[in-house]
Amino acid sequence: MSIYILCLILFSVGLYCVLRKRNLIKIIIGIGIMEYAANLFFILIGYRQEGRAPIYAHDQVINNMVDPLPQAVVLTSIVLGLALMLLLVAISIRIYEKYRTFDITKINRLKG
Amino acid sequence: MSPNLMIPYLVIVPLAAAFLIIIFGKMTRPAGAIIASIASALSFTVSLMLSFSIVKYGVLIYKVGGWMPPAGIPMIVDSYSALILLIANFIAALVTLYSVNYVKIYTDTWKYFSLLMLMMAGVNGVAVSGDIFNMFVYLEIASLATYALVAFGNEAEALEASFKYAVMSSVASTFMLIGIAFLYNYTSTLNMAYIGKFIEGNRTAKIMSFVSVLFLAGFGLKAALAPFHAWLPDAYTKSPAPIPAISSGVLIKVLGVYALTRLFFNVFGMTKPVSYILIFFAVVSMLGGGILAFGQSNIRRLLGYSSVSQIGYIILGFAIGTPLAVMGSLFHIFNHSVAKSLLFMGAGSIEKTMRTQDIKKISGVISKMPVTGYTSLIGALSICGIPPFGGFWSKLIIIFACIQAGYFGLAFIAAFVSILTLAYYFKAYAPMLFGAKESLSGALKNNRRQFLTDMPMIILAVVSAGSMLFLAPGIMNILMRLATVVIVNGTAYVSVILGSLK
Repeated sequence: MSIYILCLILFSVGLYCVLRKRNLIKIIIGIGIMEYAANLFFILIGYRQEGRAPIYAHDQVINNMVDPLPQAVVLTSIVLGLALMLLLVAISIRIYEKYRTFDITKINRLKG
Repeated sequence: MSPNLMIPYLVIVPLAAAFLIIIFGKMTRPAGAIIASIASALSFTVSLMLSFSIVKYGVLIYKVGGWMPPAGIPMIVDSYSALILLIANFIAALVTLYSVNYVKIYTDTWKYFSLLMLMMAGVNGVAVSGDIFNMFVYLEIASLATYALVAFGNEAEALEASFKYAVMSSVASTFMLIGIAFLYNYTSTLNMAYIGKFIEGNRTAKIMSFVSVLFLAGFGLKAALAPFHAWLPDAYTKSPAPIPAISSGVLIKVLGVYALTRLFFNVFGMTKPVSYILIFFAVVSMLGGGILAFGQSNIRRLLGYSSVSQIGYIILGFAIGTPLAVMGSLFHIFNHSVAKSLLFMGAGSIEKTMRTQDIKKISGVISKMPVTGYTSLIGALSICGIPPFGGFWSKLIIIFACIQAGYFGLAFIAAFVSILTLAYYFKAYAPMLFGAKESLSGALKNNRRQFLTDMPMIILAVVSAGSMLFLAPGIMNILMRLATVVIVNGTAYVSVILGSLK
């Protein structure tokens, strides 16, 4: 149980980072932490006590495998997260070129 | 060819086009526009053919790779998906045509078309997917392409809006992913029909309400419902003009409204608390969007807030859930998509000629640009709900449905917001379209006859004006009635899918 609570704390750290930090890069890091927490949670629910990697071989007796589906799902989700991260970093570099700052309180030309 | 073999082409065609454009776009300049136009026309044709087959067969399932669900991932088209696909691909094809001329102001236009096609692949994928995680992946593909498209102009404001949108939307996506994780933990499957089958017996489980909240927040943000709408006006302000058109017409409808209703009506089963929450969101959206639109001086922000307000109507109809209300909502999805895309295209053309987005500086559009002026007038009249045009009929149906279901307060609010809409559109568009013409001398440079820019607007205006004909018997009417049955029957979807899988 405690491991799920640690996972929740990790998620909360990410969410706090996104909501409270003023630096663009820190916000991006926060999103990264949130995504990792979500991925970790997905992996955790697929874990079985004393389970081993779900690889099927001829001479092995399969009695205690972890669930393979969350692992496939998380692989996809990591790729999506990577794409998002790259895009965000690229955009923030461009933002820095235009505004000469990473502070979101100073990046406020959109109003209304 | 058996009709269910057509389903994967909805994803294959735009996705292949996106990568072909990357290959050929660098070599020859117009390749991007040509490939994108052909691909979007093809996928519209496929969705039209699918719609006709749906009327005949009811539901079509394509098992990817031949694997049986729940192990395999099915692509499912029923009448609701077919209707949404038809609307989405129709708008997307016209927006692609409109883009051909518009994006000439940018360098590297092939990147734009590649991203547009990637987005359409995602949108079509969301509409056909029968697997909840697969739907999430398509949703992310479409969203990622949109973040890049919003920032395409590379102006400071566009980048800022894109960053804001990307951060908000990815937080929402993370919520959705966690919701999927809980759902998988509870049901041990990711297939929507099997999830529905598992939930059927124990719908009041506490975990379901938690999952519902996560999904409501996630899809609510994608649909720009009122507490989650903050990204929308910003993202629409400085992006290339076709992007708000396709986002308002396709993206928030498919990624938000369609995915939300599909999950909550057909998989989880609608419960009273969820429908009250949706009604609350809908009312806040309608009133909030309408009131905020009143004070806007930027034409695109005004249209963006108007989108928030109209999404409120659509969700209201679904939340009430009587057949008449759902029919009204489906018809309003169609009418709003057509009219709002038309208005954004018009705004784009006006902007390109007058070099400003400020409503106070624009005047005399009808005398200077008759095609843009008259089509925008039709679009505005349709959204306001002036009788012969499309928007009137769908709003009328929704208001009647409110009265029929006994929600007199909601009917009053819907009628009030309709008047509010008329007021702010009149305030913004009357001076713009009919005002004095001398104020825009000098700025007009590229007012050549541009067939590719005008044709999509004329088509949309004709469809919007003749929208009531779709209530008469015909393919749209049949599709809408079938889709209404799918939504109203709720979790009967599960047994229909499981029945036709055998």
